[in-house]
Amino acid sequence: MHLAAISVDPSDVSAAHCRKMGYTFSFLSDQDAAVIKRYDVLHRGAGPKGKDIARPAEFYVDGSGTVRWVNLTENIAVRARPGQALDAIDAAK
Amino acid sequence: MDFADFDGKIDMKRKWNWPIWIGFIVAVGGLFSYEWFAPFPITRDFPWANLLLFGIGAVLLLVGLFRAFGRPQLYRGKVFGSIFTAIALALFAFFSYEIFYVLKQVPLSAQAPRVGQKAPEFSLPDQNGKQVALSDLLSPNGAVLIFYRGYW
Repeated sequence: MHLAAISVDPSDVSAAHCRKMGYTFSFLSDQDAAVIKRYDVLHRGAGPKGKDIARPAEFYVDGSGTVRWVNLTENIAVRARPGQALDAIDAAK
Repeated sequence: MDFADFDGKIDMKRKWNWPIWIGFIVAVGGLFSYEWFAPFPITRDFPWANLLLFGIGAVLLLVGLFRAFGRPQLYRGKVFGSIFTAIALALFAFFSYEIFYVLKQVPLSAQAPRVGQKAPEFSLPDQNGKQVALSDLLSPNGAVLIFYRGYW
């Protein structure tokens, strides 16, 4: 199972963040928000200086490419907990 | 001895109204400690720790105000107690607006991929500049995609 974090952050910002936090999974840079728009998780004007950024959202995609779990929070402060994703992965097996 | 001197001496003898000061500091802490509590889901999903600080601050400020207005000959704080309480209320109003309104202004994402649908393919550079496609991430057991706001 892979983890991939996706945002509009440039790669070097993500690289610095990973070094600081010790993360080794993929941080993907979607600077023009093309993929973020394709997944309809764009939050218009929510970034610095009114920049378009991603809203928090989590998906579990199984080995065949099918979405098996979606978490679209209604509160920016409330994110999926690791246990929720693990339960979804277990349920998909 | 004239009146001014007499008044002045009475003023000097009035007690320090500590609940106003401590209450104000605790209320300010209720706002500014959010950054400190936010990394932990238990104090972030619902900001009970911040609300607890605001509550303690409110009780202390009220105690201080009762003292200042109830026994003004004994305690200081009619003026600065009122000002501090007003500032604390404004901070609480700002906090409540941010937490209970602004944070909930999240797009609906009605067109987001649903359970059972194919996840849209993509290819993006990772933190090392290496191009990564969704298909690279799927084998053998799939992938969790986490869209996040970013650190800019």
